[in-house]
Amino acid sequence: MHVDEATVRRIARLARIKITDEEAKGLEAELSGILDWVEQLKQVDTDAVEPMTRVVGQDLKQRADVVTDGEKAAEIVANAPMADDNFFVVPKVVE
Amino acid sequence: MHDKVAAPSNGNLIPGATGDWEVVIGMEVHAQVNSRAKLFSGAATAFGAEPNAHVSLVDAAMPGMLPVINEECVAQAVRTGLGLKAQINLKSIFDRKNYFYPDLPQGYQISQYKQPIVGEGEIEIEVDGTAKTVGIERLHLEQDAGKSIHDQHPEYSYVDLNRSGVALMEIVSKPDLRSAKEAQAYVTKLRTILRYLGTCDGDMEKGNLRADVNVSVRKPGAPLGTRCEIKNVNSIRFIGQAVDVEARRQIDIIEDGGKIDQETRLFDPGKGETRSMRSKEEAHDYRYFPDPDLLPLEFTEDYVAHLRHDLPELPDEKKARFMAEYGLASYDASVLVAERERADYFQAVAKGRDGKTAANWVINELLGRLNKEGHDIADSPVSADQVGGIVDLIANGTISGKLAKDLFEIVWSEGGDPAEIVETRGMKQVTDTGAIETAVDAVIAANPDKVEQVKAKPSMIGWFVGQVMKASGGKANPQAVNEILKAKLGLE
Repeated sequence: MHVDEATVRRIARLARIKITDEEAKGLEAELSGILDWVEQLKQVDTDAVEPMTRVVGQDLKQRADVVTDGEKAAEIVANAPMADDNFFVVPKVVE
Repeated sequence: MHDKVAAPSNGNLIPGATGDWEVVIGMEVHAQVNSRAKLFSGAATAFGAEPNAHVSLVDAAMPGMLPVINEECVAQAVRTGLGLKAQINLKSIFDRKNYFYPDLPQGYQISQYKQPIVGEGEIEIEVDGTAKTVGIERLHLEQDAGKSIHDQHPEYSYVDLNRSGVALMEIVSKPDLRSAKEAQAYVTKLRTILRYLGTCDGDMEKGNLRADVNVSVRKPGAPLGTRCEIKNVNSIRFIGQAVDVEARRQIDIIEDGGKIDQETRLFDPGKGETRSMRSKEEAHDYRYFPDPDLLPLEFTEDYVAHLRHDLPELPDEKKARFMAEYGLASYDASVLVAERERADYFQAVAKGRDGKTAANWVINELLGRLNKEGHDIADSPVSADQVGGIVDLIANGTISGKLAKDLFEIVWSEGGDPAEIVETRGMKQVTDTGAIETAVDAVIAANPDKVEQVKAKPSMIGWFVGQVMKASGGKANPQAVNEILKAKLGLE
């Protein structure tokens, strides 16, 4: 399966990863190779096999509906490049 | 040759230059789950906190934080599914829906894609007296995003994550709705059911219930047209307007030879138009995949049965019971069950009394007055006991219907026990025929000329009734007055 350069650029943009023209070329081959390998895996008949979600017999852990966290706005924004009055401040985004 | 157009299935067709059009509507409603803590963290969900006060490190998507699901949110989703008569899936999967936005710190929303917690169900709606069943496609659990505020600074947006991670139920209908009114009836009924269940407060003003409306148009009987999704229409009234405006826009484009682009649009209530939100288009490739931080959500039939057992009586069942038990008309029963508090109030008034009279008083006097004053039934100045007391006084003949309304006004503005008020203010209806006879005799003696006239013109008896009532201060039983007058004047 061949991934062309346009697709590489689209995937990069969706993932917000900046790539150079050279990198794009290299990634074409790399991603195509990965998908070829996946194509190969798809040859195995897995119709009767449940998708594996865990390697040990464990169920989804659940939590009681109790407030145990929060009330630490200053800590939450501590690492933000910009903050004001405990809001995160980001470049303007308007619809 | 005749143009054969399929017979209209209902009266909802919209006329256009090339004939009638049918509008097809499907709804996606986001309902905030009633819970104390968030879906995957222990931060509070309460509305109106200081910026970022209800945020844990999980909600802020700090590295290494892991989601742990809130069991109550799961129970609420199952309860809602049961209330929608829907299939409950004993196993469901959480997926990541990937997109970038400043109010989504994870870079993905945890949602459910291929295997939601609730499958197909249905809601019964009623429009202009006609009942209709609307299919539910699915209900899934997902996280809400944070909130961006754009008016704090000319160059920057401010982000508050208090809502980030709050549990939402996305409830998707089938494209079964055919008019603005049906769309409104659907959301109204859904909200009523959610409130009965206690799984969402349905407060649209606070954004706790938000609707995306999918609209397309077609010639009756034709295949479905291309749809547009109108985002975040935040009141029932706007839902109706948005559907009408969008249907008209699409019909005009098609009739002018154009075609509809599938896109996301925004309803502007001020301008009464929908407009394209092109910026959202590119982001539509969400690249869903199962969230590796979360195992499948699994529970047993017993768990579901336990929740089903504890469900409250829902509006449709309550309406049927009110009609059977109290002999109410369908319309009155619908009005009373529209809100759970209203139904409870009515039941308290009707207990041990005539159901129809109770319904009459709750709907016409109480709800009418509450509406006028902008009160909810929860903060009604008149209690169910007080309305019941008034109904009792009418039933046992102590006061007339007219005086009862005056009494209601006194109770509304001053409070107090109706029976006591009647006693202390001398509002009792006089049924004592002796007292009425005395009053009648006095009126007859004082008006010999009128007595002559009424013999020729029996309809003049009304004047006599009026005089006697006036003399009694409105307290005489009008029927008794009428009978005694007739006898004394020798009429009939």
